Amino acid sequence: MNQDQQQFPGNGSIVLCPDGPILVRGDFDIVTPSGQPAPRQRRTVALCRCGASAIKPYCDGTHKMIKFRTESPAAPGDSDQ
Amino acid sequence: MKIPEPRGPVTAGLLSLLSGHPGADPSAQAHLHQLVTVQLPLVGDIIEDEDLQLALFCLYELHYTGLDGVDDRWEWNPDLIRVRHLLEVRFENALRSAAHQHAEHTSLPPAETMSSDDVAAVLFELAAQGGGPSVSRHVAKRADLEQLREFLIHKSVYQLKEADPHTWAIPRLSGRAKAALVEIQADEYGGGRPDRMHSVLFGRTMRGLGLNDQYGGYVDAVPAISLASVNVMSLFGLNRRLRGAIAGHLAIYEMTSSRPNQLYGQGFRRHGFGPDVTWYFDEHVEADAVHEQIAGRDLAGGLVEAEPGLLGDVLFGATAVLAIDARLSSLIMDAWDNGRSSLRAAVPAGL
Repeated sequence: MNQDQQQFPGNGSIVLCPDGPILVRGDFDIVTPSGQPAPRQRRTVALCRCGASAIKPYCDGTHKMIKFRTESPAAPGDSDQ
Repeated sequence: MKIPEPRGPVTAGLLSLLSGHPGADPSAQAHLHQLVTVQLPLVGDIIEDEDLQLALFCLYELHYTGLDGVDDRWEWNPDLIRVRHLLEVRFENALRSAAHQHAEHTSLPPAETMSSDDVAAVLFELAAQGGGPSVSRHVAKRADLEQLREFLIHKSVYQLKEADPHTWAIPRLSGRAKAALVEIQADEYGGGRPDRMHSVLFGRTMRGLGLNDQYGGYVDAVPAISLASVNVMSLFGLNRRLRGAIAGHLAIYEMTSSRPNQLYGQGFRRHGFGPDVTWYFDEHVEADAVHEQIAGRDLAGGLVEAEPGLLGDVLFGATAVLAIDARLSSLIMDAWDNGRSSLRAAVPAGL
C-alpha cells in the first residue's frame, strides 16, 4: 500500500476545511432526500457548511464574508487549560 | 494570435525581427539586445511601460500558441531568450518591490514549522485584505453596456487562455502539490469536455456582447498594466525557480474569485443577458470555491511543507497579483469615474 492509499482509504475522501466548506472527492453521488441526483458539474465538490451559500448544496465562498468559524471560541476559564 | 501594433522602439524592433527567419539577420538580433539594454535605464516603471510590457507579452506568446506568420523556431532563439531575460530581471525586481509595498510579512513563524493549513490561513488572510477599488461592485450595480464590454476586453487577454500559464508548473512540482494543481487544471479545462473549458465559456460571454472572441484580438486595445497582469503569470510559470510564486499566484486568484464573479453575473443579468452570457461567471462562483481550498492547502501549503524554502516566493506570488490587480482596478475605475474609456483606443462595436 502506498502513501496515498493510506491517506485516502476507500473510494472517496471528505476534507473538513477549517472555517470553510466540506470538500468531497472520489466516487460518490449527491442525491436529494427522495433519491434524485442533485445537479453536479464537477468531480470534486465543496459542500456548504456555513448555511449562507446562495448555491446550496455547494459552497460559494460566502463563509468568508460572514466570518464563519468551525472551531468554537475558547470559553472563559478555558485559557489556562 | 495576430501581430499587435508596436508601441515604441523595442516592440518595433522585435516585431520587425520576427517578420524574418531566425539567423537570417544576426546584426538585427544583436541590435535588438543593444536597444533593450539602452532603453531599460530610461524606463521609470516597467510595470506600466507600454513598449516593454508588449515586448514581453509577444516574447511569451512564442511559448503559447505563437504569433500569426512568425517562424516557430524563434521560440528558443538564444538572442530572443537573452532579450527576454533582460526584461524579466527588471520586471521581477519591480514586482518584488510592488509586492513588498502592498503587504509586508513580518510576523510569520519559521516556514519549517508551518503546516499546509497555516499556509492556507495566511493566504486567505492576504486575499481578504484585497486592495484597490472594487470593479466587481461597480459592474454589479452601475456599469453601462460599454463598460461591460470594456471589462470583458481587459479580461480577454488572459481569460481566452485561462489556466495555461499555471499549467507550466505541473512538471516542476511533485506529490501533493502536483496532484492538487492537476485537479484544479482539469476542472479549468472542462473536465474533458471542450465546450466547458473556462476559456471557451469566456468566449461565449464575449460573443454574447457582440465582441470578437479570437484569442489576442484586443491586445492592441488594452494598456500596459493589463498586459503586465498576464505577463506576471508567464514569468512565474515559465521559470522553474519561481514555482512557489506561481502556486501563490493561483491560490490568490482562486481566493479572490467567487464573490466578484457573483457580482459580475449580477451586472450582466441587470442588463438583461441570459445564461449563455452569465454561464462563465456562475461557473466560477462554484468552481473557485472548490479551487481556493485545494490551491491554498494542497498546492501552496503542500509545496511549502515539501520545500519550506519556497514560502517567501509563495507569498511573493500571492502579493504580486494583489498589487497588480489593485493598479489595474484603479486605472479602470479612475477612467470610468471620469467618464472616460479605460482602453487605449476606442473599440468599434462588433469588432
